[in-house]
Amino acid sequence: MVEMVSSETHKAKARAAAAKPAAFGEDIDLDTYVSSAEEQLSQVDPSGLPARAKERMLEAGVILDDLDQRAGTFIQMDNAPVHSSVRQEGVEVMAISQALERYDWLSDYWWQAVAVDTDKYTASIELNQHNGYFIRTLPGYKTIYPVQACLYLAKARLAQNVHNIIIAEEDSELHIITGCTTASDEEAGLHLGVSEFYIKKGAKVTFTMIHNWNPEVAVRPRSAAIIEQDGLFLSNYVLTRPVRSLQMYPTARCVGENAIVRFNSILVAAPGSSLDVGSRVILDAKGAKTEIISRAITAGGNIVARGYIEGNAPDVKGHLECRGLILMGEGIIHAIPELKGTLAGIDLSHEAAIGKIAEEEIEYLMARGLTRSEATATIVRGFLRVDIEGLPPLLGAELQRAIEASEKDIM
Amino acid sequence: MGDGALSIEQLTVEVEGREILRNINLGMKLGETHVLFGPNGSGKTTLLMAIMGFPKYRITRGKIIFKGQDITMLPLDERARLGIGMSFQRPPVVRGVKMRDMVAACLKGQEHEERISQLAEKADLADFLDREMNYGFSGGEIKRSELMQLLAQKPALTLIDEPESGVDLVNISLIGELLNSLLEKDCPISERKSMGLIITHTGHILDYVNARTGYVMYDGVIGCEGDSREILTSIREKGYQECINCFLRRKASSG
Repeated sequence: MVEMVSSETHKAKARAAAAKPAAFGEDIDLDTYVSSAEEQLSQVDPSGLPARAKERMLEAGVILDDLDQRAGTFIQMDNAPVHSSVRQEGVEVMAISQALERYDWLSDYWWQAVAVDTDKYTASIELNQHNGYFIRTLPGYKTIYPVQACLYLAKARLAQNVHNIIIAEEDSELHIITGCTTASDEEAGLHLGVSEFYIKKGAKVTFTMIHNWNPEVAVRPRSAAIIEQDGLFLSNYVLTRPVRSLQMYPTARCVGENAIVRFNSILVAAPGSSLDVGSRVILDAKGAKTEIISRAITAGGNIVARGYIEGNAPDVKGHLECRGLILMGEGIIHAIPELKGTLAGIDLSHEAAIGKIAEEEIEYLMARGLTRSEATATIVRGFLRVDIEGLPPLLGAELQRAIEASEKDIM
Repeated sequence: MGDGALSIEQLTVEVEGREILRNINLGMKLGETHVLFGPNGSGKTTLLMAIMGFPKYRITRGKIIFKGQDITMLPLDERARLGIGMSFQRPPVVRGVKMRDMVAACLKGQEHEERISQLAEKADLADFLDREMNYGFSGGEIKRSELMQLLAQKPALTLIDEPESGVDLVNISLIGELLNSLLEKDCPISERKSMGLIITHTGHILDYVNARTGYVMYDGVIGCEGDSREILTSIREKGYQECINCFLRRKASSG
């Protein structure tokens, strides 16, 4: 375990917020989880990790056997980083503990996008932190292949507390795929993660996160991004496997003119899963734009699908689209789209719809020779397909594969 | 009745507990195209839906024989796989499902990108392959899309509901071409296998597609059967009212 250097102010704020409940989601009793874990052996070649771990990671989009398809790789098992490597010039990938030792200036980014006293989970991360990753592109460098990061939960009842910092320096381009998963199909665990994104002038970041938990895991990510002039932040989130309780509401703040943010979320709630997932965008600079799209399917679980766009500058534009599909069972989808405008000349809109698959659509496909289950699968696949503008084709294809692999579970 | 042909015998169909069709008899040989005329509400669409096998259209009496097999109790998708296809008049919008996916599904696994592009080209829908099914399509685009899917599906029997409705003149000749291709009109009659049953209210489509037998439906029954051109001429000259009067006169005299 690495001892983090953190300013006393952050610690003090965190201690004050240690019992502060989150604004949304079920309250998780942090005392029922263990906070320490053994050191893990570091792996120079991650293909040497156990087959089971590699298989789980692959399901979450993390490829360890062919690193040529990645610009860099970071693997953390429980609370210990086991691998970090870079295969492209201008890209830095390392454990956050290492980055803090290397760069004095990193404290300027520490808890700057996310407030340390947001709630008890951010407080816990500050007080009990066990690493996380640091990914950065240097000015002008553009990654072709994505950097991949995996946060892996192996020990039962462990609380994984990570703090990640992602920086895209001016005019750089960074693609990240993050897979979070567990070794066990049934052991309880807790994942708390802060991710702070800093997207400088003219930089572009695509961040694709695939979550692959189990029905006993609780998850509380706390993410925020700050986007400067002409910057682009494209965030894709996919959760299609069971989880006990997951709540997150990442915030992107456009502070520079013409900054663009897009959030795409694909959520599938299995019976027993409780999801409360939203995306929040604050348009604080002239000409900033955003689009938030979410697709929620319940096969018996409960989903709260939130969205919030706030326009505080001239000529900003935002659209929020939330569509829900109740497939079967007792599932509930609660869509809560919110818009707030604080001056004239802004353009914000939203649309939300929840329904079931229309029998007429199924029969239409059956008249073309598809069986009922093929027709249903085709419609569900179509529902889950979000054409993601700006995502490299390779990543788009991987994302689509991850979504399609999960269809078997929900049909 | 030869293999591959259609025979409908004394068919009675109910929709939501209401009897819509009574005692329908209709026979079709391989390679033939027949047309159903009739005023609105006469039961033409119901007959097509019942042949296709939509569950809402409940067959209470009679039977449908197709390819020598009694399909009266066969579910919709099995009838489709057996070789019955339908061009819908108002197909539903299926969000997220792209036209490319539908055509690929109709091709049943022999989905060659090249074949899909070829069909789209033919139906003048090359720019539509990545559009969501029927979402924001015009009348003509819907018809062409329906026929393109059927060209991929290659049914032995195609049921076509009002191919000319809501279609402009430019579109109708292309629709005629697609129909002729679907019904193998370029094949010598003796070698033709594809059968078609076309609903037409105005008969306009017959200016583009030849059909052998025509039927006039009225109030859930087939009122008369004959040469399609002859029937059309009579409808064009005297209107459906004369057909109805003629039918009512015959009904009265037969007791």
